[in-house]
Amino acid sequence: MTIDPSWYLTLAAVLFTIGAVGMLVRRNILVMFMCIELMLNAANLTFVTFSRSLNDVGGQISVFFVLVVAAAEVVVGLAIIVAIYRRRIGATADDQHLLKG
Amino acid sequence: MLATTIILPTINYTAILPELIMLGGMLVLLGLVAVIPRDFSTKTYAGLTQVIGTASLVSSLVLWHDVAAHGAFQAVAQAVDVDGFSVFFLVLVSAILIVAPAFAADYLHDEGIEGAEYFILALIAGAGAMLMGAANDLILVFLALEILSIPLYVIAGLNARRATSGEASMKYFLLGAFSSAIFVYGIALTYGATGSTNLADIAAFLSRNVIATPGTLYAGAALLLVGFAFKIAAVPFHMWSPDVYEGSPDGVVGFMAAIAKVGGFAAFLRVFVSALPTLSSIWEPVVWVLCALSLIAGAVIALSQRNIKRMLAYSSINHAGFILMGLIALSSRGVASSLYYLFAYSFIVLASFGIVTVVAKANSGSAEIDAFRGLGRRSPVLAVFFAIFLLAQAGAPFTTGFLAKFYVVSAAVAAHSYAIAVIAMLSAAVAVFFYLRVVLVMFSGSETEDAVGTPEQHPIVLSRWVWSGIMACAAATVIFGIYPLPLINFARAATLLFR
Repeated sequence: MTIDPSWYLTLAAVLFTIGAVGMLVRRNILVMFMCIELMLNAANLTFVTFSRSLNDVGGQISVFFVLVVAAAEVVVGLAIIVAIYRRRIGATADDQHLLKG
Repeated sequence: MLATTIILPTINYTAILPELIMLGGMLVLLGLVAVIPRDFSTKTYAGLTQVIGTASLVSSLVLWHDVAAHGAFQAVAQAVDVDGFSVFFLVLVSAILIVAPAFAADYLHDEGIEGAEYFILALIAGAGAMLMGAANDLILVFLALEILSIPLYVIAGLNARRATSGEASMKYFLLGAFSSAIFVYGIALTYGATGSTNLADIAAFLSRNVIATPGTLYAGAALLLVGFAFKIAAVPFHMWSPDVYEGSPDGVVGFMAAIAKVGGFAAFLRVFVSALPTLSSIWEPVVWVLCALSLIAGAVIALSQRNIKRMLAYSSINHAGFILMGLIALSSRGVASSLYYLFAYSFIVLASFGIVTVVAKANSGSAEIDAFRGLGRRSPVLAVFFAIFLLAQAGAPFTTGFLAKFYVVSAAVAAHSYAIAVIAMLSAAVAVFFYLRVVLVMFSGSETEDAVGTPEQHPIVLSRWVWSGIMACAAATVIFGIYPLPLINFARAATLLFR
């Protein structure tokens, strides 16, 4: 069976859009966080698809770097959220309103 | 039968020695903290950081000498460029790492943030900023961007007892990670369109081929542009910066502002000038709009700010617009003027935030403009120095600020971008108002308060650390403002070796 790579690319674009829109409309920090992960994984899927269609292993290796960075971001991001939780109840972005914006 | 030998790739470690010194020094510091029974004072850690920065500066200068003598070369499987451009950023970041601890040492101690965390994170961020200037591969640019950004998210939240610090950290993190995700998707699309993540290969591919359906490539370049615009806080991607600057711990904001701008622009300039010059007819108008919006919005919004940290944040956005002009010129002269501007900006912003830190501390943590009222009589020398840095930002002659503005504008004029040059000069004129307002407030208007007899009017006592930092920044600002030739040659050579 053969599948045109554009299907994967479209799926990745849809995932990326869901992540980006979610990032802009959702207010729960954890959900916003998940949206960023969705965007990163959309990029990964794009990398792998292009890697296969270009017959170049570079794209697949890039995915490892992106995964490591995503893991590092999770570590720091969750630590920041925990630090905020400790100080006050409520972890939605709108609870963070001391600075004018 | 298995092969008996494993062939290792050759890595030219001398080519990445400054970065390795930064990271190695950071690991030494980390190990030291783990084994000593009781924490040293923050001043000891600041001193050690300065030693590491100096070592890195020396190795950067050695590398600079190599490049000047033998020409630019690539290392680590063509992923790292060692040319005048990257060496310029190695030197600049090392210098920032030497100056920045001077402003943080006392502040962190007084705020009760003991320990080496800030200095360790600053060294990691420094290594990231250095790699931003040296990276010749989009994946390495992404890694360097994260090595630079992730420590900065933590530094913003360093003052765990203050709610504003946590909020600044969270806002910086969410928007920074958002922009990184956009950026990495841009890399993926660019990779798909050109078949490589190597900047030189991308440039070669684009100059050889005409792409029939350029949609993917344009989308990739656009997303890369958005990612960079977030990092350098260009309007309309600037929303995070005033909040982050206001909420972050005072003594470290200068470092954050300088290093993020330097690293962001290093990669921005290299990716767009070195890899995507063939697309310049597409991205140049977009950068033009970003530049014009940053110039106008940065200056106009800064006018209405009462908090000096926020005012400096908007003035940084204004500066980002000026630095972008060098990219619009798309000439070696333009890039050289951007580099000169980044150099000038780094030291001015470090010292400005350093002085705001001590004044705010003397006014129970308030960085409102009223905290500066009568500073000219209270601590005349400090007020004079702050006036120098503010006037340098406004573009007063005999400072690097004036020459920086002059060079970017003349580069834009030389490239026939007259409209943006006019916008820049108008925004500089607007900017003079809010810088001069602070200067006027400092040197006048304390009579009424004297009558009331405010208790805080005794002079602000500065430690030797802060003085040394202010002196170093003032020297960089004034000496290179009066005698700019060495720095200009350095910036020019940086672009001569640019492929």
